Amino acid sequence: MQDTGLSILFRGINFLRLLQGLWVTLQISLISVGLSFIFGTLFGMLMTVKNRFVQAFCWLYLNFIRIMPQLVLLFLVYFGVTRQWQISLSAWSSAIIVFTLWGTAEMGDLVRGAIVSIPSHQYESAAALGMTKQQIFRFVILPQTIRRLIAPSINLITRMIKTTSLVEIIGMVEVLKTGQQIIDANRMQYPTGALWVYGAVFVLYFLVCWPISTLAGRLERKWR
Amino acid sequence: MTDEILLSVKDLVKSYEGTSEVLNGISLDIHKGEVVVVLGPSGCGKSTLLRCMNGLEEYQSGSITLDGEKITKNGANMTALRQRIGMVFQSYELFPHLSIQDNITLAPVQVQKVPKEQAQAEAERLLERVDLLDKRTAYPRQLSGGQKQRVAIVRALAMHPEVMLFDEVTAALDPEMVREVLDVMLTLAEQGMTMVIVTHEMNFARAVADRIVFIDGGVIVEETDPETFFEHPSTERAKQFLKTFTFEKKA
Ligand SMILES: Nc1ncnc2c1ncn2[C@@H]1O[C@H](COP(=O)(O)OP(=O)(O)OP(=O)(O)O)[C@@H](O)[C@H]1O
Ligand SMILES: [Mg+2]
Repeated sequence: MQDTGLSILFRGINFLRLLQGLWVTLQISLISVGLSFIFGTLFGMLMTVKNRFVQAFCWLYLNFIRIMPQLVLLFLVYFGVTRQWQISLSAWSSAIIVFTLWGTAEMGDLVRGAIVSIPSHQYESAAALGMTKQQIFRFVILPQTIRRLIAPSINLITRMIKTTSLVEIIGMVEVLKTGQQIIDANRMQYPTGALWVYGAVFVLYFLVCWPISTLAGRLERKWR
Repeated sequence: MTDEILLSVKDLVKSYEGTSEVLNGISLDIHKGEVVVVLGPSGCGKSTLLRCMNGLEEYQSGSITLDGEKITKNGANMTALRQRIGMVFQSYELFPHLSIQDNITLAPVQVQKVPKEQAQAEAERLLERVDLLDKRTAYPRQLSGGQKQRVAIVRALAMHPEVMLFDEVTAALDPEMVREVLDVMLTLAEQGMTMVIVTHEMNFARAVADRIVFIDGGVIVEETDPETFFEHPSTERAKQFLKTFTFEKKA
């Protein structure tokens, strides 16, 4: 009997392998996202500092990271650093480093944009009430900044999750790579397997990203 | 009104980066309990004067003192001084992420360390006075312009300032909302609050002012009681200014 393509997913441990691949994807993306949010917030605040040297440094960093394809950054960190300084970095650490560097730059720019978009009279009316700079930032500027950041940062998270598929080039097997391996191994038996496997990968990505977007939508509506 | 001088401006000179002097030697004493209305053509520096009085702008020379303490933008005790000077701006600048109640209690609780319950009770008492008690859990976006300005006044009052500065607080309002805000200010004046008011509402200025200060070209051109200013202005510039508020049918 000719198997339907769908059963490729349930043959042997195929589905479990896909989930393991998803776990790698999630680990790399969520750890990098977490670190990027911390460093990105600091970087964004640094970008609003009115000092020429600080601004030049921030500009250089942001644009360097933006111009470099993530692919090149991965090569650079995984192979370059290892060669240059004889430090052996695992693929896993390299991936985290690269995605954190990238996420920090992008998140920083979002944070900077949100901070400068707060109208100056918000600072002034808070100052007129006798609040210190720290109090103004903590109670007036930061909460408004966070609300403005929800939509763009969720966008960034999902972008980062999807881009982690690049780590395959430094030898990591995440969800997409796992899918390709399954397809290759079953090419003869399941000629239409690719459709089903990629479909499953799509559904998995969706299941991860959808709750995040929904949560963001909720928060936005609540805080509108 | 008493003889005690609360806020004193001496020979104030102020220019912005790249502009000539906006204020060119302003001297003005505000007495305790006095209501001073500052008038003048658009761009003459009324807002600038008020912003200097609250330490929001730097100035080039002269001095501004509250009870003898010097007010400068980056002065060491500026946050302490600003608590004693309330200010309400033209644009409604409530904090959009906080409820009306929290807008009012934020500074008393965080800055003056007033216990939360006490600050809330005070907020309710003040909201009651401006007829907005039912809005205390609402958010600024749910309020009309006039309601927002009344809350802004209450928010400043919650700090128990010794003097209040008002910068054209009705200028951005729809005409039917102007009255409710001006009434609040009139009541404040009756209760003896020291106030410096910039306004384009001439009838209101006349009703509320103990003294009119007319500024033009960066200097005080005329300084007198409202009756004299509106009925017998002594300078040509004041006459011209007042003319812009009257309309005559063309023949
Ligand atoms: N931040 C600024 N930088 C440069 N110039 C400024 C700044 N703020 C005000 N000015 C200029 O200073 C002058 C006085 O402005 P100000 O806002 O104090 O006038 P005003 O009397 O309040 O006018 P209006 O009645 O229109 O509110 C104007 O010529 C204005 O263009
Ligand atoms: Mg003005």
